[in-house]
Amino acid sequence: MEIYVALKIIWAVLLGVLLTGLAVMVGMDMGVGTLLRFVGKNDAERRTALNIIGPHWDGNQVWFILGGGAIFAAFPTLYATSFSVFYVVMILLLFSMIMRPVAFEYRSKVDAKSWRATWDWAFLISGALPMIIYGAAFGNVLEGVGFHYGWTGQYYQDESFLSYLLNPFAVMCGVMSLSLSIYQGGTFLMLRGVEPIYSRARLFASCGGLLAAVIFAVGGVWVSHLNGYVFTGVVNPGMEATPLGGPAVAVQAGAWLNNYNNHPILWLAPVLGFVGMLAGTLALRLHLKVLAWWLGAVAWAGTISTVGFAMFPFLMPSSTNPSQSLTVWNATGSAYNLGWMLFFAAVFVPIILSYTSWAFYVMRGKVKTETVVNDPHSY
Amino acid sequence: MPLIDPTVVDLSRLQFALTALYHFIFVPLTLGMTIILAAMETTYVITGKQVYKDMTQFWGKLFGINFAIGVATGLTMEFEFGTNWSMFSHFVGDVFGTPLAIEGLMAFFMESTFIGLMFFGWDRLSRPAHLAVTYLVALASNLSALWILIANGFMQDPKGASFNPDTMRMQFNSFVQLVFSPDAQAKFVHTSIAGFVAGAMFIMGISAYYLLTNRHKEFAARSIRMAAVFGLISTLAVVTLGDALGRLDDLLQPTKIAAIEGLWHTTTSPSAPWLVAALPDDKTQSNVFEIGVPYVLTPLITHTFDESIPGLIDLEAAAGPKILNGIKAIDALQQYSTTHDAASLATFKQYENDMGYGFLAQQNAPNQDLNAITPAEMPAVVQQTELETIPNVFVTFWAFRIMMFLGFYFIALFAFVAYFSLKNQLENKRFLLKLCMFSIPAPILASEFGWITAEAGRQPWSVYGWLPTFQAASSHNVGYMIFSLIGFALLYSLFIAAELYLMFKYARLGPQSHDHAAPVSGTGALPMFAKPGFAAKSWE
Repeated sequence: MEIYVALKIIWAVLLGVLLTGLAVMVGMDMGVGTLLRFVGKNDAERRTALNIIGPHWDGNQVWFILGGGAIFAAFPTLYATSFSVFYVVMILLLFSMIMRPVAFEYRSKVDAKSWRATWDWAFLISGALPMIIYGAAFGNVLEGVGFHYGWTGQYYQDESFLSYLLNPFAVMCGVMSLSLSIYQGGTFLMLRGVEPIYSRARLFASCGGLLAAVIFAVGGVWVSHLNGYVFTGVVNPGMEATPLGGPAVAVQAGAWLNNYNNHPILWLAPVLGFVGMLAGTLALRLHLKVLAWWLGAVAWAGTISTVGFAMFPFLMPSSTNPSQSLTVWNATGSAYNLGWMLFFAAVFVPIILSYTSWAFYVMRGKVKTETVVNDPHSY
Repeated sequence: MPLIDPTVVDLSRLQFALTALYHFIFVPLTLGMTIILAAMETTYVITGKQVYKDMTQFWGKLFGINFAIGVATGLTMEFEFGTNWSMFSHFVGDVFGTPLAIEGLMAFFMESTFIGLMFFGWDRLSRPAHLAVTYLVALASNLSALWILIANGFMQDPKGASFNPDTMRMQFNSFVQLVFSPDAQAKFVHTSIAGFVAGAMFIMGISAYYLLTNRHKEFAARSIRMAAVFGLISTLAVVTLGDALGRLDDLLQPTKIAAIEGLWHTTTSPSAPWLVAALPDDKTQSNVFEIGVPYVLTPLITHTFDESIPGLIDLEAAAGPKILNGIKAIDALQQYSTTHDAASLATFKQYENDMGYGFLAQQNAPNQDLNAITPAEMPAVVQQTELETIPNVFVTFWAFRIMMFLGFYFIALFAFVAYFSLKNQLENKRFLLKLCMFSIPAPILASEFGWITAEAGRQPWSVYGWLPTFQAASSHNVGYMIFSLIGFALLYSLFIAAELYLMFKYARLGPQSHDHAAPVSGTGALPMFAKPGFAAKSWE
């Protein structure tokens, strides 16, 4: 296989890994943020819940930032187009995301009820909204997005932002994403939390896991009737990366199942997704918290690869100009760039995973309410 | 291909400038404070004196208040290239995105993971392990700056990439050239150390407040001495590197250096004056009035006594042939984009290096179509475009001067404070101490004006010589831009109000020594900033 094609495929896989890492780690913090008002009935309990992710949210959030940077570098055209096409939604995402670091650092620094209540609402918004938008982005991309390019590569938007906000399929995907993050956050609260946070978190996490499984099933049926995109022209995976002048693309109902029909082994991905959600929920009913946390990660990996396998090689199809759809073949960086990026990823991802694990190890154990309220360093 | 609505371009520029300037209120303090915290904690680990631990923890607390908004507003920056500068992202993402991604992998992950341990790990890590964590945070925040400024360096002096007509973008071709771009390297050191100055001034100012109010005197005296010495060394280094940057800009971005110096006409003798003050008028392309010191400009910029420095009016004239070539390049490129024929490719290759000037000319072409320019219209188009090849001189000239005058003021201030502190006479120097207090925001202001000098001076380009700013924006409608601008304005105003409130609150409260030898469950440990009854309070 041509090296460039191999690099493109590797980066498509790494994109999936990155989106999964982001969903698991950031999703966990978002889940805690969303649940904050519900697992903590008073200020001390809420501070306890916050301090459970306190030492880790900042590091986890870098998955999100790295997501932006890596898509910028490895898929420049995808970065340039998707962030602009979804402008209003992306800005809402940014507004909610930027509240969060400030909320963590500032909430408990002033001893006034209204101050803290305001930041608690900020946690709810900055937890729930980004996860809904994250899931909805997958939904919108599966349905195709209205854009086309001019000859210089400048994109032009062909749809109103309202069609992304008010798209029922996308909203459903958003709710699923939120459910999984509630599951992941709730599980982590069980891992580090004590009563009464523990039992409340367990209830919400169970609901999250089950709701996600139901939506995943409904979504699967929905996608099988959705318009998918297929190449009708001659495809050259080693092509120069440009969305201009690529092979013809047709829109066909149910085409997102083509890859599954051609390669039945791919069904493993949705199966893994279901196993993660259902076995995970069972595990946390049995108080197997560590197992439940990892099964949540499996659920995310299964869900994201299900979408990836359905669409491959499409990344963001254009509904108004299908032949300018962004694919793994036409939206990546140059071979030279992908090579250097791969080198840096190969060196630093293992290092990142080791010190992240170490940080979780150092901060291991139950977080007790009396420790939190007495510790000058806590949130 | 129609151009983007100029109102959208202006609003996009306004939004980027405001969000970047706002982000940069917090960045210099982060860069500087992490280094100073590491130095303080080192002293604590070596001497074992509690006061140095108190210092690390107290300044760490203020650092945390600042850091949170730095992180929050940094998120905006990482995504704004995509949300508002789509053409830029498409055009240079293959080379510009890479340092941003590496920054995440190499630096920001490390900084953010270890900062959690730095704040929460005091009782869980041994002294050397905690010190190592603090060092990693300091290292990582400065590594972050390195990669961000490598990315910025590419916009100033695009090295390490070439234009590919098949993908219509600049493609990465030399990692070494990108990373070791002289502009990026000089700017990294200049900017990082400017952050050290900001950190030093912050600590010096608040310590001065304690000395003035007779509180925490030992703590403040030690803090202020460390800060003044560190600040003095840092400011000297910043000025030296700034001089090196000026020399580089003379070679790489002559329009920027001429705008900085308010230089309309090429110098003809080494007696050319360096302008201390002037009123540059961009409309008439001259200085309404000027005060200068002769024989300073030439050695300052060129580091020689005989080189001449090109003036703006001559640089505009010199751009004429480039504009003609650029128009040919873009016409050939557009032809090639549909036909992919060898002839238009060859024509394009011939004029490739000036293609950016073709992009620049588009706004002056009839119907914004370069193909439609008749030979009769060509001279007028070229002449109009020539005038648009230089930045706004008034802004660049004064942004630079404010930064520079502040720099020299810092040298004097740090030197006096260090001198009196070492002679143990600082407490009587009340005026000096007050000056320290009111100078806290000054280094941040200097950094902001430095950014304005660098970025306003780069105009009309987003990527110098290759992509004009007005071509780089996303094709949004005005409504989108108003929505995001209002949102950012509201949120950012609330944040800065909360930030300042907490900064004043905790700075006034001051450090409170307490021993951390207590175990993790630590019921014996007193909260450092707790009010009486705080800990027991719950709102059931």
